[in-house]
This record gives sequence, C-alpha cells and structure tokens, in this order.
Amino acid sequence: MSDTSLWILFAVIGIGNFLLRGCFILLPGSQRQPVWLNRALRFVPASLLAALVFPALIRLQSEGLEFDWHRLLAALIAAGVAWKSKNMLLTLGVGMGVLWGLQYLD
Amino acid sequence: MSYSTASAAWWAGIKALLPIAPGIVPFGLVTGVTAVKSGLAPDTALGMTTLFYAGSSQIAALQLMRDDAAIPVILLTALVINLRFMMYSASLAPYLGPLPRRWKWPLSYMLSDHAYALSILKYRNNSMGDYGHCFFAGAALSMWLVWMVSATVGIIVGAQIPPGWSLDFAIPLVFLVLLIPVIQDSPSLVAALVAGSVAVSAYSLPYNLGLMLAAISGISAGLWLESRQLHAASATVTESES
Repeated sequence: MSDTSLWILFAVIGIGNFLLRGCFILLPGSQRQPVWLNRALRFVPASLLAALVFPALIRLQSEGLEFDWHRLLAALIAAGVAWKSKNMLLTLGVGMGVLWGLQYLD
Repeated sequence: MSYSTASAAWWAGIKALLPIAPGIVPFGLVTGVTAVKSGLAPDTALGMTTLFYAGSSQIAALQLMRDDAAIPVILLTALVINLRFMMYSASLAPYLGPLPRRWKWPLSYMLSDHAYALSILKYRNNSMGDYGHCFFAGAALSMWLVWMVSATVGIIVGAQIPPGWSLDFAIPLVFLVLLIPVIQDSPSLVAALVAGSVAVSAYSLPYNLGLMLAAISGISAGLWLESRQLHAASATVTESES
C-alpha cells in the first residue's frame, strides 16, 4: 500500500470511529437504540476477538490443521494467566517468555 | 454528593482515572510497538494512533495489513470492533447531548471504555450534579494523554527492538487478554468458539473474508443460544405459575 492510500485508509477509519462514538451524542434529541441491535452488539467482542486469535495460532490447510506448537503452547499458558489475572503486562510477559524459552530449547 | 464547581468535577474525573492508568500503559506500549514493527514509519504510526484512538481496532488493522487483507475488510474490521462505542454513545446521550458543540465534538472523539465506565456509574447514581460533563472531560482527557504518551513511547522503543524477537506474537496475546473477560456466560462462550472455529476453517478464503464470516457466525450462534435460554426460562416461569 502506498503512503497516501495508507493515510486515506487511516483517516476514513478515524472518521468512522468518531462517528460511532458521537452518533447518539451529536444527533439532536436523544434517540434510543433498538433492542435487537443491543443484543447483537453484546456478542461482537467475543466473536470478533476469537476470530482474530484462533487463526493466528491454528490454520486449516488442505493437508489438515497446521500450527506452530511453540506458539500454541505459549498462547494456552498465556490464556490461563489472562483468565486468572486479567493483567495484560503479566500475560504478555509470560506468553513471550514461554515462546522465547521454547524457541531457545528447540 | 454532587460537585459544586466545574473545577471540582474536573479534578475528580482526573483523580478517578489515575488509579487505572497502570493498566492502560502496557496496552498503549504494545500498540505503539506493533505499529512500527508492522513496517509503519514513526510519524505514520503516530498519526494512525491519533486518528484511531482505539487500541484493539488499531492492532486488528495492523494484523490484517500484514496479512495483505483487502482494504474493505480492514476498514470493516477496524470499525466493527468499535461498535461498542455506539452503545456508550447512546447511554451518554441524555447527559452529553444537550451540551454545545464545542463540548460535544471533543468529548465524542475522546470517548473511551474507561471514561465511559467511570462516568456512567456516577450519572446513574445522580451524583454528578450540574458538572457531570466536566468530570467526564477530566477522565476522558487524562485517558487520552496516558494513551498517547504510552503509544508514543512504544513507537520510539519499538523502532529499536531487533527483528527475530517474534514480537508479532504480542498481537494474539493482546487479543487473548481482551477476549477472556468478555466471555461471561454460555452464549458468549459459544459465540467465541463458533467464530474461532469458522475463522480457522475459512482462513484460506480470499481477502480475509473468513474473518467477517466468522464474526457473523459467532454473533448468530450467541443470539440463538441466548434466545433459547430466554425461551426455556420463560417456559419454566409459566409452568410454575400454572
């Protein structure tokens, strides 16, 4: 991607983010959101984040499942740490540490 | 107890945010590091951070750019992750909506998870008085400063980190930390599992369309299970009443 198209893409996303944040605040009168939309939005983070995490660790190819066991093991341990601690710094430290350890040993 | 002056509310907003700043800094750092490690020039990385002002959206866009995803997929993913801001916007609208534009525009740009969570509690307890927007502004602006400073440090530091440290692995790790707390009940667990499995199976679809397919499948699965549970619950209530 060229530098110009990169900046255009970022600007469009920036404006989009601003409109998402401002939509109900900036509009005159305070509209209410439809209930079905609220119900669907509740599942957006879980679905989208899982859809971003899983293929970074495991991929389905024509020959079957393909994965890097270093990364998969490090991610599973990091998931346990994230679940117990909810701490980003600790999770990143443990996840990266396990990955580096496994790469060093292998 | 409500705030009697604008400056009392403003300082209370800043003081409310400061204790959670240490939790924000690592995310800002990682976002900055990821941006330069994805090949962006430092000034482009800083511009992206300022324009997005949304970490998970930015990291997702960076990952998709690495994967050479189609531009509409990058755009859609970056915005869909932020759909939650619409919910915040709707719930703050009764309080912030009546303000003049010179307040509403900057406050809309600075709306964040943390500023929202801190302010809505106080609004709902009726403890804001006439200066709620000053409390919100204090919390939102200090959040913005913490974010921008930590991302800038990440951009500077990231440029020094040699390749071969597998730092791209920080991306799925960040998403894991964000994913785990949003799994609060069985419908959200099912949504995550379905979306994850579809994303893995559909990975080879062109333009990363598998990601969109996965998200839609996950949301539908979550909605389906939730309405089944609601249905079952209301059936039990009717039975016990009869």
